[in-house]
Amino acid sequence: MALVKYLKSSDLKSWLAELAQKNSVFAPRYEGDSVIFAPFDPEQEIFIKNAATAPPKKTVFPQSEKLVDFKYSKDPEDLSRILIDAKENLPEGTAIVFGGRPCDVRGFTMFDRVYMSEEATDIYYKTRRDNTSFITLACDSTENTCFCNWVNSSPSDPTGSDVLAIPVGDGLLLKAVSDRGESLLTSKLLSDGESRIGEGEKVCKEAAESLSQVQDLSNAPQKLLEVFDSIEFWEDVSAKCLSCGACTYLCPTCYCFNITDETKGLQASRIRSWDNCMSALFTMEASGHNPRPTKAHRLKNRVGHKFSYYPDLHDGVISCCGCGRCIKSCPAGVDIREIVLKAIEFEPTVVEG
Amino acid sequence: MKFQNELKDSIRKALPELDVVIGWCGSFDRLHATPHFIRREEDIEKLEIGPLSVHNLATYLPGLRGKKVGIVVKGCDSRSVIELLQEKLIDREDITIFGFPCTGVVDQAKIKKALGYVGNVESCDMSDKSMVLVIDGQTHLLNFSEIKAEKCYSCKYPDAIISDHFVGDKIGNGDSTDANYEALETFEKLPVSERFGYWLKELDRCIRCYACRNACPLCVCRDHCAAESREPHWLSQENNVRDKLMFQVIHAYHLAGRCTECGECQRACPVDIPVLMLKQKMNKEVRDIFKYEAGVDPEETPPLLSFKMEEENITEKDW
Repeated sequence: MALVKYLKSSDLKSWLAELAQKNSVFAPRYEGDSVIFAPFDPEQEIFIKNAATAPPKKTVFPQSEKLVDFKYSKDPEDLSRILIDAKENLPEGTAIVFGGRPCDVRGFTMFDRVYMSEEATDIYYKTRRDNTSFITLACDSTENTCFCNWVNSSPSDPTGSDVLAIPVGDGLLLKAVSDRGESLLTSKLLSDGESRIGEGEKVCKEAAESLSQVQDLSNAPQKLLEVFDSIEFWEDVSAKCLSCGACTYLCPTCYCFNITDETKGLQASRIRSWDNCMSALFTMEASGHNPRPTKAHRLKNRVGHKFSYYPDLHDGVISCCGCGRCIKSCPAGVDIREIVLKAIEFEPTVVEG
Repeated sequence: MKFQNELKDSIRKALPELDVVIGWCGSFDRLHATPHFIRREEDIEKLEIGPLSVHNLATYLPGLRGKKVGIVVKGCDSRSVIELLQEKLIDREDITIFGFPCTGVVDQAKIKKALGYVGNVESCDMSDKSMVLVIDGQTHLLNFSEIKAEKCYSCKYPDAIISDHFVGDKIGNGDSTDANYEALETFEKLPVSERFGYWLKELDRCIRCYACRNACPLCVCRDHCAAESREPHWLSQENNVRDKLMFQVIHAYHLAGRCTECGECQRACPVDIPVLMLKQKMNKEVRDIFKYEAGVDPEETPPLLSFKMEEENITEKDW
């Protein structure tokens, strides 16, 4: 039986402060009118009523990170030679992310297949991933844009988490999901939670029932390939898209990046920063040719990657966690669910003769 | 809305001559609308206009150049169309403009702020003065005057300034050039360090998605923006608030005297950064120096796109 504890809401900050003694702790809080993940600050209120505006993606995959610092100098023995002195910046320390939602945290498992595969491992990603624990909040309510149930998940899915926290009464029921999770539940502020397990199950069940009806996406990978060459289809579904990066940068599963050498005189840094397939430069080739010249081509890639190309490479796993942020935060109301369902219904026009 | 059927009839008559008509329709819940591209007769029925018609559809026009496009506009949106015409970025003969008397649109951020949570909207009914929302079984009554977009309080142009088909009775446009910059003026009185601190704090959460830029009807460089250019390398890829601010400054400067303050940049921002104020500041300066208001007269040329040997209010030789 996994370890189950209970934490009163009034003790939440004290508990996070304890955890922050040995770890960097990230928690959601209001910045302006948005809820974002920020380093825990006991002076500021934590907001955990609903999912944050931006997921905690940056805690493991920063918006921008310096991979290597380097500087150029001339070889004093041979002035025609330029020497490069490079220093790798591996992330240090351990972190705990409190308050991500099941969809947010499950998103990292889709990164893992890419950045920690048998063929190649990204040491920057792996170092952070290995050193970050997740205390995930199960959802006790859902939104019109939520569809985690369409992608084989649920509002209390513990996949990728170390502790699952379920809002129960005036507190949180904390269930250890991993060994690391158990080691996070040793505080004296926590009491035994066994007696509240039933209550917790009820909360999870009600949240799951409040979601919209599950749609069968099993043939989405195939149907999206069938519709690949229909530019009319993609022009139609992308007509209102503004081709900005709000959807990708708020997406818990979008993992594409750009590499830039930022040089200042003889000093330079090699930087990895978020990039997105909705941007014109994403596929721009040095020749000036762009294989994805319009927003129709770009949106096709975003939808196709998540619901077709990724599942084809990764045991059928859809690389969308159903958080709905791309729908809710899209300035033009592009709805990825609608596009996938339209693709599934798509019947190519048969030209007779 | 009252004129909706009249508008549909008007579009139905014009559609055979047009490739597409852009309006709005319902979205993922009853509290949201989304741009609606009408290509076939059967698409017309879904059209909805009203306080949820927040998007400025003029943003789509330069991208559709060469096609015959119909566009439904609020008064403020029509100013963007005029600005695009002034700058010859769209062709008048290819555009068919449908106007209606606009009584204001909502600010989704205000609704979110007033209720804290708008995740599970079950229904949304609107009258002229209020909105009744049912969320998770609970009913909320909001006064329209509390959730209106900021620009609507001081709106001088509720009727499209330029249109080919106008449905409903005109409300009547104002003619003074006195924009309301009260909030900006209060902000300007703060010491520089406080103002700078404000922007550093607000822009810190910017995710550099450039929704502000792409939603802007007058950001017409599209795929050739200075923000992403590597050569010249104006902005670094570091997660640096200075670079984020630098982009906002570039945006504001490029819009000086062109921006009609439609507020799409701010509305589009997924992390609610109040970036419109920077553009208002530039417009206020342009108003004071050139006595000019953007997007009102199709025959005018924006002051920073024209040249005069002697400017009336710039005394450069007076040192």
